[in-house]
Amino acid sequence: MNSANELAMTGIAKSFAGVPALHGVDFAVDGGQVHALLGANGAGKSTLMKILSGAYASDGGEIRINGEAVPMRSPADAKRAGIQCVYQEVDTSLVAQLSVAENIMLDRLASSEGRAWLRWGSLYREAEEALARIGSRISVRKRAGDLTLAEKQIVLLARLLVEKAKFVILDEPTAPLSLEEADRLFGMMDELKKEGIGIVFISHRLPEVLRVSDRITVMRDGRIVLSESADQVQQGGIVRAMLGRSFEEEYPKADVPIGGTLLEVKDLAAGRRVRGVDLTVRAGEVVAVVGLVGAGKTELSRLLFGADPAERGEVVLNGKRSSANAPADAIRDGIVLVPEERRKEGILVSASVLHNLSLPILRSISRFGFISGSGERGHAADLIGRLGIKTASSGQLTGFLSGGNQQKVAIGKWMRTDADVFLFDEPTKGVDVGAKRDIFRIIGELAGQGKGIVYLTCEFAEALGLADRILVMCDGRIVKQFARGEATQEDLLLYASAGREELA
Amino acid sequence: MNNKVLQFSFKYGALVFIGLVLLFFSLYNEYFFTYGNLMDILRSISILTFVAIGVTISLTVDGFDLSVGSTVSLTTVTTATMMIWYEMPLVVVIVVPLVVGALIGLLNAFLIVKVRIPDLLATLAVMYIISGIHKTYTKGYSIYNNMQFQDGTKAPGVMNPDFLWIGQGKLLGVPFPVILMVIAVIGAHIFFKYTRFGRQTTMTGGNEEAARLSGVRVKRIRTWAYVASGVFAAIGGILYTARVGSGQIDAGAPMLMDAVAAVFVGYSVFGAGRPNVIGTFVGAVLTGILINGLTMLHVQYYTTDIIKGAVLVLALAVTFIHLSRRKA
Repeated sequence: MNSANELAMTGIAKSFAGVPALHGVDFAVDGGQVHALLGANGAGKSTLMKILSGAYASDGGEIRINGEAVPMRSPADAKRAGIQCVYQEVDTSLVAQLSVAENIMLDRLASSEGRAWLRWGSLYREAEEALARIGSRISVRKRAGDLTLAEKQIVLLARLLVEKAKFVILDEPTAPLSLEEADRLFGMMDELKKEGIGIVFISHRLPEVLRVSDRITVMRDGRIVLSESADQVQQGGIVRAMLGRSFEEEYPKADVPIGGTLLEVKDLAAGRRVRGVDLTVRAGEVVAVVGLVGAGKTELSRLLFGADPAERGEVVLNGKRSSANAPADAIRDGIVLVPEERRKEGILVSASVLHNLSLPILRSISRFGFISGSGERGHAADLIGRLGIKTASSGQLTGFLSGGNQQKVAIGKWMRTDADVFLFDEPTKGVDVGAKRDIFRIIGELAGQGKGIVYLTCEFAEALGLADRILVMCDGRIVKQFARGEATQEDLLLYASAGREELA
Repeated sequence: MNNKVLQFSFKYGALVFIGLVLLFFSLYNEYFFTYGNLMDILRSISILTFVAIGVTISLTVDGFDLSVGSTVSLTTVTTATMMIWYEMPLVVVIVVPLVVGALIGLLNAFLIVKVRIPDLLATLAVMYIISGIHKTYTKGYSIYNNMQFQDGTKAPGVMNPDFLWIGQGKLLGVPFPVILMVIAVIGAHIFFKYTRFGRQTTMTGGNEEAARLSGVRVKRIRTWAYVASGVFAAIGGILYTARVGSGQIDAGAPMLMDAVAAVFVGYSVFGAGRPNVIGTFVGAVLTGILINGLTMLHVQYYTTDIIKGAVLVLALAVTFIHLSRRKA
């Protein structure tokens, strides 16, 4: 084996629109080593990895391989230097219509330097060899589109070998896998290590990080806060490093008397992301559902809202079974959703604020099918004032508003629908501080009116500040429940990242 | 500065262009700008406008309907055979083709909304089916008064004169089809601008998922849009029969592309950038003026297609240059 390769990033800095995302970060990987990179959402780890893989250009600092500075201006530069990235969305890197062998050899087939004619025999043989090296026996003649998710990852790993990658970034490869599949993946990572490949491993599941990594680095707020050999650290230390000092934010938590049960959910399930969720919400209660990205929160909210069909389970609202086949049914029954994908799902960016706000309540402001112009304008003016939506006029296109004001429109359209239960999916994502406070105030007011609130978020601090009760979701299940004041951020992160299996 | 020119051309380009074309033809031929000729132009585009309103509605929910041309063909011969073959009363003569149009719309909606075939492919297939049905039904012959069948017998009926008045008569000096057309344009405009259903239709086309998550029953909306498209094409077919006094085979074939062209020219009217009824009407008027004026210039009918195409390219260029700039 050749001597181990060394990759070193020093003083990497990056700002987006003047906001620094990375403050001079040093990060190093050696060949034959698994280096875990951890951090809460927004800590800067994906920005750092995008700079390493050439997707972003850094503002400062340099990248050296074996002591030699390598300019990294495009993904092609990174590939030439032997740095490859396997993203979580494996489907974007595979061509579904082609065979496994063609996918493994894809870069060579696509390059303009190769021969004009394909030799199918040697193509299949080389692909088979690559798979054998990581201990897999997927048929190379199968269509890539027919593979399972785990198998697709294996194909991508085999491609790395063919490409003679020196360093590999695995971005949350285990998130969509079952424990068994993840085990198999770790076996393959061992094989890659033996080939002398250095691996950057990104994952939210702490137990597996401790198991497979040689070195662990934790980022927070664009800086490295911990970098130790894996046998020197423990789960608790990692969690504390990820969270840092708990930054104080103001949560206007109103004291609201909590009433009877409004919403009761039993064994709700669909697909891999929601696997049997039980949930109750009472009048005036704010229930937070926290979990990491990919835990199934968004999918859960869409099931409750009838946006996706449930496979099993029941939703009881006000003692009546709600059978929502479409969002329109859920709204009629009294459940509304403020979705995470605001610009695509929460509002119509190409329509005016006026039309967005009135869309769900057109029936109540229409007579004989004709919309009352004054009724619609009055409704909009009232909401714009009450929620503090900053817009030039109600005729303004919603797409031109700031993120926070768009979110207020997405919330405001439900205010007059007589809904009993409000679902909020990551409502503060991409929202400035002022608008955040307004959103918290609106949620408090809704609770004060006796509405039930389900607040789905990966921001633990928000859940602790706002909620009467916190449910921790992991891998499609609710794994733990805390009453207000019972939990700390550390507790939430531990349960959200460990899952039930490891805790039992 | 440059930007202002573009803004202006996007908003008022089509109208200015119509004005210039009118001026040009008026100067060229003194007969052009007379009441009689202008009414002729409007009457000539009345059928096209009905079909184009249907296309506007289906395009509003982001669905292309290629089957409108063959729907016109089928409803034209249906209308004619109701009178000439079966001697039906006027009500039946008018209701049956409307039902046929609605059924074709339902078929399109079923294939697109339920089976989820992409709109272009589904309506392309339906276009062939309907076109085949209309020729099979008539055995390839046009339908005229007391037509002779292959076995030597004669058809019993003739065209109802009351029915022919719909296409050829005048009310207060205005051709009746023009009156119908104006009512339809105003009605469709009011529908989109002031009714709940119209608003939901527009919003569904704006972003289907966001509209669905706001409680709009988007499948229902899209279904009705295809049905409306079929019904408007059927009205076009009925008017066509009343206008020419017979059931011509393949009458609607050129109608599809003319209607689509009118709708796309309409994108650029008043800077809408999306399908809109008033714009569609302006597009249809422009088509009518060009054909009428060019015919007076003794330009051959096949040459007018070149000019129609060039005008469409111009309108689309202005629209899409503007839209891509707005996004950037």
